[in-house]
Amino acid sequence: MNLDRRHFLIMLPAAAIAWEHVLAGTPETSPNYSMSEHWWGMLIDVPKCIGCGNCVRACQAENDVPDGFFRTWVERYLVTDVNLQNPVVISPDGGKEGFPYAAPEDEGKYFFVPKMCNHCADSPCTQVCPVGATFITPDGVVLVDQKYCLGCAYCVQACPYGCRYIHPEKRVADKCTLCYHRITKGLTTACCEACPTGARQLVDLKNPNDPIHAFLKTHAVQVLKPQMATGAKLFYNELDGSVR
Amino acid sequence: MSFFKDAGHLFRFGFVFVIAFLGFLVLRHFVVPKSFGEYGHYRGASIAEIAAHPIHFAGHDTCETCHADILDTKKSGKHANVNCEACHGPLAAHADDPSIQPAKLDTATLCVRCHAASAAKPKNFPQVDADQHSTGLPCETCHQPHSPAIAAGGAK
Amino acid sequence: MSGVEGYMYPNEVTLYWSVLIVLYPYITGLVAGAFILASLVRIFHVDAVKPTYRLALLTALAFLLVAPLPLQLHLGHPERSPEMYFTPHATSAMAMFGFVYLWYLMAVLVFEIWLDYRRDIVLLSQSTTGWRRLLYRIMTLGSSNISPRALAIDERAGWIVTLIGIPSAFILHGYVGFIFGSIKANPWWNSPLMPVVFIFSAMVSGIAAVMLLYMALTKLHHEPIDMPCVDTIAMYLFYIFILDFSLEMLDLIHRVYEADESFRTLNFMVHTRLYFSQIVLQIFVGTLVPILLLGLTQVAKLPAIVRRRIYVVSGLLVQVGVFAMRWNVVIGGQLFSKSFLGYTTYKMTLITKEGLLSAIALCILPLFILWVLMKLLPPWSEQHDLAPHPS
Repeated sequence: MNLDRRHFLIMLPAAAIAWEHVLAGTPETSPNYSMSEHWWGMLIDVPKCIGCGNCVRACQAENDVPDGFFRTWVERYLVTDVNLQNPVVISPDGGKEGFPYAAPEDEGKYFFVPKMCNHCADSPCTQVCPVGATFITPDGVVLVDQKYCLGCAYCVQACPYGCRYIHPEKRVADKCTLCYHRITKGLTTACCEACPTGARQLVDLKNPNDPIHAFLKTHAVQVLKPQMATGAKLFYNELDGSVR
Repeated sequence: MSFFKDAGHLFRFGFVFVIAFLGFLVLRHFVVPKSFGEYGHYRGASIAEIAAHPIHFAGHDTCETCHADILDTKKSGKHANVNCEACHGPLAAHADDPSIQPAKLDTATLCVRCHAASAAKPKNFPQVDADQHSTGLPCETCHQPHSPAIAAGGAK
Repeated sequence: MSGVEGYMYPNEVTLYWSVLIVLYPYITGLVAGAFILASLVRIFHVDAVKPTYRLALLTALAFLLVAPLPLQLHLGHPERSPEMYFTPHATSAMAMFGFVYLWYLMAVLVFEIWLDYRRDIVLLSQSTTGWRRLLYRIMTLGSSNISPRALAIDERAGWIVTLIGIPSAFILHGYVGFIFGSIKANPWWNSPLMPVVFIFSAMVSGIAAVMLLYMALTKLHHEPIDMPCVDTIAMYLFYIFILDFSLEMLDLIHRVYEADESFRTLNFMVHTRLYFSQIVLQIFVGTLVPILLLGLTQVAKLPAIVRRRIYVVSGLLVQVGVFAMRWNVVIGGQLFSKSFLGYTTYKMTLITKEGLLSAIALCILPLFILWVLMKLLPPWSEQHDLAPHPS
């Protein structure tokens, strides 16, 4: 390695500070992180998703997700019916190893839809938790306190998006944490880091410089199941009407 | 007053309730975690606990601090926006201790996962039929992964 | 993914609420129904059913004591369940369970039983020996006042407790219906009618259960069955059943007529995976047949032996039907995908803590507890003056 070109402590000081914090393993958030300055969400750009499954594998590696359960997964849609009621949807092992070959002769249009927790601002899951084990943080991330959760699974029933499950060994509720342990240190989520096409982008709605603000003004963006009025913060660009 | 004499047992029953309720309040004071209610109806300390989970992906900024030369190759090629760990997997352990070598990559699975042709993928995404395209040769025979386009001088 | 037809969100393939969660509303339903039967005597002065008064209260208590057990077995961390008392989340219907349960157990059921039995308890604390004597003495709470004035005060207090107890019983079981009915994510559950349907089917099952127990126990004691008593119970059972059936049909007709986005998938589910438990067991065997049989006893003059047979058969079919209804709600609500594109299967285990054997044991346990309670607090005594019922 060419030593002259090592910019170890000169380049990216924020990343360096954050990395020191990561290495130190200190159990508090970075000193330059204040919860009230952030309101997290995510943007999924549907036309960019190629169904490679990188995000599903990365999430599992980062968060020790048990096999057979998913904090994030990818669905592949084939829409042939004009009334949008009968898409053919598959998600083999959550899309973890990608998807089977689709022949060009197949009728209809294909697209991929990554799914995960919507980190709802008015989440029905936090509403129904009997003890306050699941909650939304002041910076907009819905989390589960796994030391307090009873494992009653009421939140799993209440989530309209199917993003929660009961961890088979820990016997508590589990779900996507928006990689809270990463985003509070200036990193992005594991799924966004691993996505090769930029189909996933972490957004901070409170940050005036976040590209999401310009994006929302210039694109047709939807959330899943808007009729449920969950205040979902997972925004989808060009989401087809057949998506469930 | 004879009413109290004849209703005394009711007061005794009520008394049991009062004692039980007071006992409950005392117990509650000791049992409820101190940070409960700090930010809302939950244990405030759990936020910091969750934020302290171990990190497995270092993030592309960290890779670039040591491997800036590869960054230079990559940023002018087609994989400019593909982060290092998207292909190389989680490398926080390696960034922490560079003597830990990252796993060798198998291009037969890795490249194919993204670039195998499928009608399901977006039309403008580069995709090939792996068997026909390279007649069984590994991808890196002709493509340099960090700047894979052959025409752009990325060939080996 | 075995057992999956069509598409399920990946996390939905496993069912999280098992047969034990089916059992819980069934048991609390019996509690509420038995209490309503008892209240017919106290509040509405239906003296014909007086012979079942004490039995109804003891039955309610026996089942109420068992009710939390299926929930404890289901929880991932039952040792944390006191959290529901210490930090209940006010927006959660489930959080209110702990308090409603405690209220109903102590301030309604135990209080009412204590008031009604107090005279017997005091007499027994003086006439028995050994550990029984100690037990009864504790139960007197140290007061041995059974003067006519004290007993009259008890009677008045009992009336007030029962008056509060009726809405309490409705809340105890109605909130279970609300736990399901308030979930907007699940269209099979989401309905304002859910608590009402639960309450009415609870009344049907509880009243029928007490009727069956009364008939079985009198038979066991070689006593003659009080026919006016069971005839009256059957009459109330019949009319409440009509109401219950009408409510369930209203829900069904409403769904079929509106045919919203969930209808196709739910309809398919009812005709395939839920066909046996919904159409055959709940509607036909568990509702239509008993209604017809009971209706027969109401319009035709049938001899006592025929009526008794009909009551027994109807009472048993009712239990099957109401249990099937709880099954169809709980399990049915998890068999279809929230994407409306697929179905999964419930793989009920046998010997795990949430398996079939646990469920069966939990059904038998209340009967055992009832037996113990009846030994301690006999509902009918040989000496008449031991249990007067001033009206």
